[in-house]
Amino acid sequence: MRIYADNAATTQPSHAAIEAMLPLLWEGYGNPSSLYTFGQRAKEALEQARADIAEVIRADPKELVFTSGGSEADNQAILSAAELGRKAGKRHIISTAFEHHAVLHTLNKLEKDGFTLTLLDVHENGMVRPEELEAAIGDDTCLVTIMSANNEIGTVQPVRELGAICAKHAVLFHTDAVQAVGHLPVDVKADHIDLLSASAHKFHGPKGVGFLYARKGVRLTNLIEGGAQENGRRGGTENVPGIVGMATALKESAARMAENAERISALRDRLIEGLREIPHSALNGDSVRRLPGNVNFCFEGIEGESLLLLLDDRGICASSGSACTSGSLDPSHVLLAIGRVHDVAHGSLRLSLGEDATEEEVEYIIRNVKEVVAYLRGFSPVWRDLMSGKAQFIL
Amino acid sequence: MALYSEKVMDHFRNPRNVGVIEDADGVGEVGNAKCGDIMKMYLKIRDDVVTDVKFETFGCGSAIASSSMATELIKGKPVSEAMKLTNKAVAEALDGLPAYKMHCSVLAEEAIQSALTDYYSRHPEKRE
Repeated sequence: MRIYADNAATTQPSHAAIEAMLPLLWEGYGNPSSLYTFGQRAKEALEQARADIAEVIRADPKELVFTSGGSEADNQAILSAAELGRKAGKRHIISTAFEHHAVLHTLNKLEKDGFTLTLLDVHENGMVRPEELEAAIGDDTCLVTIMSANNEIGTVQPVRELGAICAKHAVLFHTDAVQAVGHLPVDVKADHIDLLSASAHKFHGPKGVGFLYARKGVRLTNLIEGGAQENGRRGGTENVPGIVGMATALKESAARMAENAERISALRDRLIEGLREIPHSALNGDSVRRLPGNVNFCFEGIEGESLLLLLDDRGICASSGSACTSGSLDPSHVLLAIGRVHDVAHGSLRLSLGEDATEEEVEYIIRNVKEVVAYLRGFSPVWRDLMSGKAQFIL
Repeated sequence: MALYSEKVMDHFRNPRNVGVIEDADGVGEVGNAKCGDIMKMYLKIRDDVVTDVKFETFGCGSAIASSSMATELIKGKPVSEAMKLTNKAVAEALDGLPAYKMHCSVLAEEAIQSALTDYYSRHPEKRE
């Protein structure tokens, strides 16, 4: 048995997406840049995919650039906006401390290059406050980059409000919408979004493909030189099967979005309710303004990796923000950004439910997380000190 | 490829000598919760032999497995031999640890050392 509860990491490619890709891998392998009919058929498939994706996010097809995924889109969006800022003599960028590393590491690079950075507080509930964004914008600000929904704690930001503030001050607004596209409604025009990043495998498309939306008039800087593809904004022969798979998956996700969100949110809330019964635990991130499938908890007195390994033994695929799973000595920067101290952040668990999650699975997860947490606490010296009063509970 | 060797997973899933010795002759605790690993070792010593050992660990899979293996390696051994336990011996007995997890075996060595130091501080006459 396997219960896949790590949909924020990746999702199962949809049947329709795979079916749509196969003919382009088998017979329709022409290069869309070739002028003969065989190549032009691939070009048609590519442009149909562009039109389909544009329709879902209310963009013009010309405003989309296909990339290798969300990270590339984030890099290109930020570096492009910084280049425009540099030309205009503006070198201040506003973001948050809990962005994805594709954003944070790119910003760190720009900081070394003379840009100044303001990271907005995301507060205990993992939410940006619009008035704090407005107060941070100055004459020197060239870019605001704030994720639509956080990949770890699932909090959904007031994107439209943030976008309106940026528009009012004529500052470019980029949003890493990798966790939002396909799951939440996105309307780039109404949301005042200038640049948006998305990744296919987060909404049941294939891996290695994504897109960058850049509003008409926002000039992009190339990360990859090499040809006239993508209107000269991204060199390299397009991943036609991947792009078509992405468009198919997105159309499908968009069609079922409202229905899925309602059903998955109900399961999420049951999961949260069940895990809250574990003493000295806490939900991370706002309980209402969060992605339909996202659940993220801290359990005091235990460490996340051992929790994940034991859940894996019971067939549950999940994720943690502990140092041991992050590959560094520090736990998740997202948990630290919402004020969780190291001791507690090491004991975190993220469960991200998908469209096929069932009530039975949720009950199974609750039962098993309870058992495993109790088992690990049973021989944790930290838990012993907390229980004996030698140390104070944080949660 | 699995994250850990079969041996590590065995000691992680079925840790040996888990628990507390209430009237221990030596107790040692190393690590800190900030870094995500704490190990506590309890020793019972009779006639210069480690007759019983128990551990409690807050940490990742390899930290739990390293503690478990360390207790097995010193149980029933003379104190002088337990003193010589190295992290390398712990890691080797586990059929290796990933490079970034070697510190877990270091912590196990330090926990044993710390418990023995506590024992010697209670019995200075035993110190050679």
